[in-house]
Amino acid sequence: MNARRAVEAVWRIESARIVASLVNITRDVGLAEDLAQEALVDALAQWPDAGVPQNPGAWLTAVAKRKAIDGWRRRERLDDRYSAIAHDLSEETASVDAAWEPIDDDVLRLVFISCHPVLAREAQVAMTLRIIGGLSTEEIARLFLVPVATIQQRIVRAKKTLSAAQVPFETPDPAEWKERIASVLGVVYLIFTEGYSATSGSSWMRTDLANEALRIARKLAELVPREPEAHGLVALMEFQASRFAARITASGEPVLLSDQDRARWDHRQIARGSAALVRADAVGRGRGAYCLQAAIAQVHATSPAYADTDWERIVLLYEALGRLAPNPIVDLNRAVAVSFATGPATALRIVDGLAAADSLRGSHLLPSVRGELLARLGRAEEARAEFRRASELTANERERAVLQAKATDLTA
Amino acid sequence: MKYMLIMRQTDEAVEAMKTADFESIINAMGQFNESLVKAGVLLDGDGLSDASEGFVVDFSGPTPTVTDGPYGETHELFNGFWTIQVSSKEEAAEWAKRAPLSPGQKLEVRRITDMSDFEDFADNEYLRSEDEWREMSAEHRKGEQA
Repeated sequence: MNARRAVEAVWRIESARIVASLVNITRDVGLAEDLAQEALVDALAQWPDAGVPQNPGAWLTAVAKRKAIDGWRRRERLDDRYSAIAHDLSEETASVDAAWEPIDDDVLRLVFISCHPVLAREAQVAMTLRIIGGLSTEEIARLFLVPVATIQQRIVRAKKTLSAAQVPFETPDPAEWKERIASVLGVVYLIFTEGYSATSGSSWMRTDLANEALRIARKLAELVPREPEAHGLVALMEFQASRFAARITASGEPVLLSDQDRARWDHRQIARGSAALVRADAVGRGRGAYCLQAAIAQVHATSPAYADTDWERIVLLYEALGRLAPNPIVDLNRAVAVSFATGPATALRIVDGLAAADSLRGSHLLPSVRGELLARLGRAEEARAEFRRASELTANERERAVLQAKATDLTA
Repeated sequence: MKYMLIMRQTDEAVEAMKTADFESIINAMGQFNESLVKAGVLLDGDGLSDASEGFVVDFSGPTPTVTDGPYGETHELFNGFWTIQVSSKEEAAEWAKRAPLSPGQKLEVRRITDMSDFEDFADNEYLRSEDEWREMSAEHRKGEQA
């Protein structure tokens, strides 16, 4: 077993709680993370020979705290702010406490800081994976297929932004809660979708990234068990991830939902999704957007065959979703459901309405759906043009191939 | 990647369990399970009932034979498992080390295969025929529904 990776494994498990305990003292995420990283360097130097301590999280936290005290002592004369904190911290605070029990609320505060609105989306994503997920900069870069320096820069800048804005280490006020939790869930789902339907590159999906997002979502749901949307997000992701094995062929070609071999769906994962949705409903505060999307995914996940899909139920769920948060993508999906529940002509009217309103301009989704409906209505010439247009708009190479094939099939 | 943590114990450990403080064992297990759930890594887990309730199906002879315990040469009996989803083999080991087990008990940790294990065999005729078989059985299912 690789000693370095053994240390990294401890880091993966403990880092969020270590950094959270440290922010509680330093009140500065950037500083806390730097201290924790320095402690990790010590661990990498010592553990391979000395062995992993009994309570590795406590060890890392204690070392980081000692580093904080040393740092403050050095700077005491220079900066009054540091001196005040250094005196509050005794050596005793920094001893290895075998009963070290980090507080979940601290981790939750850390989640809100990582996804704080002063940060840009890209920064929120990098900070969440790094601080909450415990991933290294290298791992994040590999998952996003970008240079390590790019991620490093995003994290350094994010820490500076948080320090400059003096973002408090606290959970949001009830007045802000809804918006802030929505932002956190949005970041986690963004990470998942980037893995689930890669927007760039030749890979249809990057399961590792999606699985990291799922892990963070499960963690989050445990931190805010009274938040139905957190369970709803877990449910949605479990249902979507259950199709991983069936979504690509052995040679890496994408397989559409209608053609997927449902025997290859992960039915244990589907059961976990259903369990998460039950938990969301058990909170008794109704269904939000993630719960509704999860419910739609559940209809597909539990339908024995594509032909058996309860499209009327899906239409109803999309209508509810559209009422909650009007969105052209939701309308487009509703149109697809309507095309199976009622017929392609009715659906085409919805899609034409979206096109007339100039919604979804520049997206390949609208021409792709429109092409599908026109083909079913026997209007092959128009359908072909739509598929071609869609293929020009998508950034995903494999998706482009699928759309081009559809256009060609119509010619044949 | 997914790993299965399979709990095994010797007959002596099974005997020792009978006099142990069962409530404290349940509490320790509960805390361990909770830590797995909170970390977002637990997928599944179950305990197995007493080995005396089980039996063995042996394929040594021309036809399978069913025998009640004891289980031949096996001195360490399986009595429970966890399935976890983690980032590395080392992380699986780190979680395994945290299980509240005692002398005489062991965890066997095994990776669960996934589709990447079969990538090199995309051209394998058995896997290809498996696809065909799937199509056939899908047709068959359609027939049943009709």
